[in-house]
Amino acid sequence: MAAEPIQPQPQAGRASFINIGERTNVTGSAQFKKLILGGDYNAAVEVARQQVENGAQIIDVNMDEGLLDAEKAMETFLKLIAAEPDIARVPIMIDSSKWSVIEAGLKCVAGKPIVNSISMKEGIEPFKAQARKIRRYGAAAVVMAFDEKGQADTIQRKVEICQRAYRILVDEVGFPAEDIIFDPNIFAVATGIEEHNNYGVDFIEATRQIKATCPHARISGGVSNLSFSFRGNEPVRKAMHSVFLYHAIQAGMDMGIVNAGQLEVYDQIPRELRDACEDVILNRTPNGTERLLELAPKYKGTGATAETVDAEWRSWPVEKRLEHALVKGMDQFVVDDTEEARQVAAKPIEVIEGPLMAGMNVVGDLFGAGKMFLPQVVKSARVMKKAVAHLIPYIEAEKSAGQRAKGTIVMATVKGDVHDIGKNIVGVVLQCNNFEVIDLGVMVPFQDILKAANENKADIIGLSGLITPSLDEMQTVAEQMTRQDFKIPLLIGGATTSKVHTALRIAPKYQGPTVHVLDASRAVGVCTALTSDTQAEDFATKVAAEYEAIRIERGDGTKEKLASLADARANALKIDWPNYTPPKPAFTGTRVFAEYPLHELVERIDWTPFFRAWELAGTYPAILEDPVVGESARKLFADARKMLDRVVREKWLTAKGVVGFWPCRRVGDDVVLYEDEGRTKELSRLYFLRQQVEKRAGRPNMCLADFISPDADWIGGFAVTAGHGIEERLARFKAEHDDYSDILLKALADRLAEAFAERLHERARKTLWGYAPDEALSNAELVREKYRGIRPAPGYPACPDHSQKPELFRLLNAGQNAGMTLTESFAMLPTAAVSGYYFAHPEAAYFGVARIGRDQVEDYAKRRGVDIEQAEQWLRPNLGYNS
Amino acid sequence: MTRADKADLLLRIARERILVKDGPYGSMIQGYKLDEDGFRGGRTFNHDQKGDNDLLNVTRPEIVGEICDAYLAAGADIVATNTFNANAISLSDYGIQTMAREINIAAAKITREHADRWTAKDPDKPRFVVGALGPTNKTLSVSPNVNDPGYRAVSFDEVKAIYREQIDGLLEGGVDFILVETVFDTLNAKAALVAADEAAEALDEELPVMVSMTLTDLAGRNLSGQTVEAFWHSIRHVRPLTMGLNCSFGATELQPYVADMNGRVDSLVCVYPNAGLPNDMGAYDEPPELTAKLVRKWAEAGWINVVGGCCGTTPAHIKAIADAVRDLPPRRAPSLVPALRLSGMEAASFF
Repeated sequence: MAAEPIQPQPQAGRASFINIGERTNVTGSAQFKKLILGGDYNAAVEVARQQVENGAQIIDVNMDEGLLDAEKAMETFLKLIAAEPDIARVPIMIDSSKWSVIEAGLKCVAGKPIVNSISMKEGIEPFKAQARKIRRYGAAAVVMAFDEKGQADTIQRKVEICQRAYRILVDEVGFPAEDIIFDPNIFAVATGIEEHNNYGVDFIEATRQIKATCPHARISGGVSNLSFSFRGNEPVRKAMHSVFLYHAIQAGMDMGIVNAGQLEVYDQIPRELRDACEDVILNRTPNGTERLLELAPKYKGTGATAETVDAEWRSWPVEKRLEHALVKGMDQFVVDDTEEARQVAAKPIEVIEGPLMAGMNVVGDLFGAGKMFLPQVVKSARVMKKAVAHLIPYIEAEKSAGQRAKGTIVMATVKGDVHDIGKNIVGVVLQCNNFEVIDLGVMVPFQDILKAANENKADIIGLSGLITPSLDEMQTVAEQMTRQDFKIPLLIGGATTSKVHTALRIAPKYQGPTVHVLDASRAVGVCTALTSDTQAEDFATKVAAEYEAIRIERGDGTKEKLASLADARANALKIDWPNYTPPKPAFTGTRVFAEYPLHELVERIDWTPFFRAWELAGTYPAILEDPVVGESARKLFADARKMLDRVVREKWLTAKGVVGFWPCRRVGDDVVLYEDEGRTKELSRLYFLRQQVEKRAGRPNMCLADFISPDADWIGGFAVTAGHGIEERLARFKAEHDDYSDILLKALADRLAEAFAERLHERARKTLWGYAPDEALSNAELVREKYRGIRPAPGYPACPDHSQKPELFRLLNAGQNAGMTLTESFAMLPTAAVSGYYFAHPEAAYFGVARIGRDQVEDYAKRRGVDIEQAEQWLRPNLGYNS
Repeated sequence: MTRADKADLLLRIARERILVKDGPYGSMIQGYKLDEDGFRGGRTFNHDQKGDNDLLNVTRPEIVGEICDAYLAAGADIVATNTFNANAISLSDYGIQTMAREINIAAAKITREHADRWTAKDPDKPRFVVGALGPTNKTLSVSPNVNDPGYRAVSFDEVKAIYREQIDGLLEGGVDFILVETVFDTLNAKAALVAADEAAEALDEELPVMVSMTLTDLAGRNLSGQTVEAFWHSIRHVRPLTMGLNCSFGATELQPYVADMNGRVDSLVCVYPNAGLPNDMGAYDEPPELTAKLVRKWAEAGWINVVGGCCGTTPAHIKAIADAVRDLPPRRAPSLVPALRLSGMEAASFF
């Protein structure tokens, strides 16, 4: 096969930190202990629910309390939460120092849990026996750095014990290395005892060494031990935890039992406190403890974050304050102001219907008048959501919820597709306009969409998708809606959708009104019309007539003619091969970029598409000075830069990529890849498509294969992503009702992925392939693609068949090398990703295959060894005939 | 040949072609229209036995043999024992819980004998015998009492014990592998898998298992609330010979989940769907050609290693399926990146 990757495999665990909920632990939470001892399991279950809602990815359950029958309590609690889908969706950590409690827990959990913990405390044999049992039940295990001599405290002991346990587990027990989690013991620092001063450093350094020598194993720890000596001073404890995690995570700590909601943001800890914590944790100065002790009283009982200054508008009447906050998108005081308004209102719902809706109407008017733009509207919606979230418990308590939404819209990104920036924007805009929006998320199968529509008595269903296979899935949904006798309007949106496609392919499959919606700004008008008692019918009839006209126009052969495949091939691009020497790449096989420096990508960002994602039209940087959208663009740009700084500094995202080159030659419209330079052992075959639209004289019918020599040439491939780690952040934004940051981060991740692709292509040209070592182009020239060679992507115009992606991923081993996978519709995960081929020939250029004839589809099916129906399904958007 | 050798042989064949599994016993037995005496086969019982299909292994071995033979003749490479309910919990419905071991030994012997006869006839197509464990009619994940969500009608250890009894009988009768099928409750399946592991340890040999989940709703979850991927994470540690789906629905409805398993499951994938969805009368009427056509699509997509039939399928269906997939290459399992793969009701993978 291909050459070995030159860089080591990416170190597992760098991408994200796993939060383990700590509140369902009788040893750590006095409140939980009281509930369990009092037998109030219902309230205890609610504690677990809050944990998951607050973003715990795993929940730790511990019942080790002298007054309890711990086995029984563990069993009861686990059986109860098994009945709660909101809780039981996440894995459980069964936490006990008693083996009998652990085993009782293992017998109650349907999922694959983690056992916390086992160790060599009682010797090797009991340790092995317990590990075998854990494996038999199917669980991962936390292994404490503990042996017969006691708990490990120095770096050397921690590392030595973990390495020994690792070898025993992997070699003797057959325990999968990736299911081992080491806990190298976090001990209290700043205790006044000198021997304790290095405990923070010991853990961090041991983590680094264990990660380097025990492949695939993870590191965890109970963080709150660290600050034990500052009990009663929560601000200082929180600051210590944040500083500690900041350094431990960089050393490779993967997970921790922490109260995630209570961590301080590292950068927002006041400088002097942060420095003092750092001195103590990293043991940087001999008198660190004294200094922190001196500082501690100053922060006790205060929020450790800087105080904010009240501005003049804070003295206005509460309605005005709410309006101001909504228009300005400021959420700082909104909960307090909402509460104030609620106390004077007769009913809590009146706060929504009164001042909040009045404020949103101002926002809606400004938006409609073009004085406010999407980014601000989304920010306003965030404020609104927070206010409403505050009121909902009161409204429900009154049971008088007569919410008068204009209509209910069920929205989803269809099955197989993961792109949702546009859909989220539409959702926010509709909510601002008083529609009830039920957003089902991404990759939603039709069953769930129709079920949600029925359950919520939806007035409208909205489907979104970005990749072309989603167009097929939308047809499926339309068919199923007819089958289940739906009649409510169906809206279609997303980058590859179009009015023509909707008219030709989707509308005929559905008995109700089907409407294509071009962008978010049109969504409100369309939905308002479709839910209006007076306009709905007119509007639907008008759209239906318009689509019928499109069908008639398309149906009677007014299309441009297609050349036969034979003629198109005869009119191929003729490259003068005898007078060209294909450049040989610096290496063949793959090369991995495990953690590409984000700061290097930031400078490469092409900002114009970023503004387009927010429906701000114009070219960067001119858009910042645009008389109409300039102000809006500037603010958005400032927010984006600010977030980008944090993305880079706090490593929110990890960029991973892989590049490969292979010997090849052209055979017809295929490119055959070989394992060897002699080109004898076939490795793979890439199938390309040729333009068939009739060309003017002198213009060839292009096909990517034409850029490859029929004798001996090379082709490259790449797959990059900047999306690792994003889910954790997005979950946090979601929990905070912060759609603005959610969309902003997704849009930035997409830009970083593109920038990554661009940067790697440059390195490919200059060094990795190395055919243009002296290239010197400005960023603007790079954006305008003034260089030699192209990087077309499967699924895009020059090679429109997405189904070629699995083979590209296989060649690159993109799963292992970059942590990238494909959905069944060939969408890439993480979503912020780019993949494609490299062509080096100077005449290589981008083009669109456009429509192709049945003869080429038949030929293509034969080449790929599939039946014609399959080929037609793959090539549906390019079919130049009615299949 | 040890059971581990048999597993190697099966894996070797699975690299060359798609294997075929048999269909169900239940609907075939119905065709014999047996009455109470028909089930008893001359033996005396204190309890009515009509409908007790598992008892037939002991009282009417010729009928069980005939059905098994029909599937072998249709081209099945893998045949299961007629033991779906042959565990003490389910048999107690007929008052014969004490006969569990006897029934399992008898069932395994019948299936073994017929399979070996076909292997002898055509040694190039060796047939495999799997001992089938059904889900029982009790559930470990869900309370039968709506007012007491923490209640369970049985314990993990009880379920493990009745499975162990069944497994010991099946092994004594000579099965090659154990098949934990129609898993609607993941904890029940875990109890069966722990029992199998302990049985293997007692014999000091390897005992390969096949695991087959069933979906209880069209949202693609089982009764424990798990998605297919979450379930896979729950059982992947046993390194099953095959992982897959059976029963639930017809091939049309199962398709998305078969597709979903393709990139995630690094064992062989085995799916045996029902013959469509039941009609108004509760009967299955999807003709063999249609089931075969639907299943062939999976094979064309490269999603499948072993395929067979569940409720409503007959030897004719199995033959049609065998013919339909004969010329198509088997699925190639992906190799998965090492990662911490956990699950609750949903899968959680940490890379």
